[in-house]
Amino acid sequence: MNPERRHLLGWGAAAAMGAALAPGLRLIELAQARSPEEAASALQRWGLLIDITKCGECDACVTACHEENGVVSNGRPATDAQWIRKVSLRDKRTGYAQTLPLMCQHCEHPPCVDVCPTGASFKRDDGIVLVDKHTCIGCRYCVMACPYGARSFIHEAVSGQKADVPRGKGTVESCTLCVHRVDRGETPACVEACNKDGGKAMAFGDLNDRDSAIHKRLRTEPSSQIRADLALNTGVRYQGL
Amino acid sequence: MASVQYREIDGRSGGFYVLVATLGIFIAAGLGAAWTMEHQGHHITGMSNRIVWGTPHVFAVFLIVAASGALNVASIASVFGRELYKPLARLSGLLAVTLLAGGLAVLVLDLGRPERLIVAMTHYNFKSIFAWNIFLYTGFFAVVALYLWTMFERRMNRHTKPAGLVAFVWRLVLTTGTGSIFGFLVAREPYASALLAPLFIIMSFSFGLAIFVLVLMAACRWTGRALGDVVLKRLRTLLGVFVAAVLYFVAIHHLTNLYIARQHDVERFFLWEGGVYTALFWLGQVLVGGVVPLALLFGTSSRRALAAAGVCVILGGLAQLYVLIIGGQAYPQLMFPEKEVASSFFDGVVAAYAPSLPEVALGVGGVALALVLTMLGLKLLPFLPHSLADAAAAKA
Repeated sequence: MNPERRHLLGWGAAAAMGAALAPGLRLIELAQARSPEEAASALQRWGLLIDITKCGECDACVTACHEENGVVSNGRPATDAQWIRKVSLRDKRTGYAQTLPLMCQHCEHPPCVDVCPTGASFKRDDGIVLVDKHTCIGCRYCVMACPYGARSFIHEAVSGQKADVPRGKGTVESCTLCVHRVDRGETPACVEACNKDGGKAMAFGDLNDRDSAIHKRLRTEPSSQIRADLALNTGVRYQGL
Repeated sequence: MASVQYREIDGRSGGFYVLVATLGIFIAAGLGAAWTMEHQGHHITGMSNRIVWGTPHVFAVFLIVAASGALNVASIASVFGRELYKPLARLSGLLAVTLLAGGLAVLVLDLGRPERLIVAMTHYNFKSIFAWNIFLYTGFFAVVALYLWTMFERRMNRHTKPAGLVAFVWRLVLTTGTGSIFGFLVAREPYASALLAPLFIIMSFSFGLAIFVLVLMAACRWTGRALGDVVLKRLRTLLGVFVAAVLYFVAIHHLTNLYIARQHDVERFFLWEGGVYTALFWLGQVLVGGVVPLALLFGTSSRRALAAAGVCVILGGLAQLYVLIIGGQAYPQLMFPEKEVASSFFDGVVAAYAPSLPEVALGVGGVALALVLTMLGLKLLPFLPHSLADAAAAKA
């Protein structure tokens, strides 16, 4: 067989192989994407990375979250729900000041889920911690158990609810990581607002996906968890803390 | 044992009806409070997103803890074979059931969605201590009812000892469960201690016996039944030992914390600069609930002093649970060590709380419910011996 012919055959075989494998590869790709009807999968672990060195004195994330989820104030700060809040820190010795957004940390081992008597507090396979508003009896044990003070008990009737975000008096709620947006392939409202109007401090992504920007940064840059001593493996990570 | 004559109380005197009516008013007020809280939402109470368990929980936990402790007199009779306590065993079982009913009523009526109780009965997360407690509490009713049946039904008397043993073990597990509601809360520095389970058990011994002694003295006095010094002397000594044991466990809990640098701020809060919580700890829990009853129980021998000691133990117990439950939440959660923390959600500051009228009404309503159920029990069935005079006690 002359070399030219051999070469041609080689290319032909490669092309045939490619044609045979391509649909399969495409199938893998399709299998990894998720249709709205499909259940959440443990292949993903949604999370946030917040660089607090870029977080300034703004509350774009808070405003956007509460707007997105229909969380309104009744003018009673002690009992009003807050899904996300800005926390100011000041070092006791040096006076070094910082500020950061704090919300549900979407733990891998969430204490709120452990203590919930009815299972209303639950974690989706993709790591998002939620409250089932139909089975929450309003015992508030999850509020007692949360290390981050992330949960709010709904102390009075709610109005102006968003279609995607059911809420109800007498139940407990917290940040859903904008699960309704995530399921549509969008990013949480806080992240979007921070990148648009804020300090571009917040990033959202799949902590399991080695190719995601968030995974790459977590792999190559230092980051920390709040109350890492509790070994809860939080889905929300911080930089500059 | 066979010589003990039990008899229902008459329950036809003016005093009986006045007492039932008065307690009925408190129960109605409690129900009204629960209804208002449910319809308006919890914002009308003193509770908030920082203090999610308030005064109702102080009363509920007190009653639940006291319920298991009230059963001790029966346990001493059947499990440990002390004949002197046998005539008191039925009342002990009755109080265990009624106090638990009062406590659970408060707990359930304070839920954000009390109408969803059926959900709590049909959906279980078995990793939740609350879910265990649902079984422990309902099971306790069944076990104590069975135990009482073996006491009431002559043919079943021979089963009293095993039934008493089951009830005794059950009550220990139950109070372990109640203490562990707090003990397992790793996220809050004032809790997160295995010591809370045995502390709650010894608290139950003390609170339950204090209530038992007061109810026994009142019932005997108001129905004109003899109550001998021998029985009361035993109960007095027992109560004294329990009060001292509570103080011991409290001291160990705080000493352990004082040794651990991470817990120093918690101790400074509770023992020194916690305002109302510090005052309630030293004056309510330690002085009124510990030192004064000890002096009354061991320093004097009058019945009035015993009754006063019982009242002090109850008041001190309520103070202790207030400090633990509400003070434990008021103390800010540690998220950022060595930092001053501030936010719109009251991070880093001691949370404000003042008991509101609906909360107190609901809690007191639970106590009233327990007492009314006790009175009705005494009227309907022969729980109380005809006489507890020393001679009768000696015969028993």
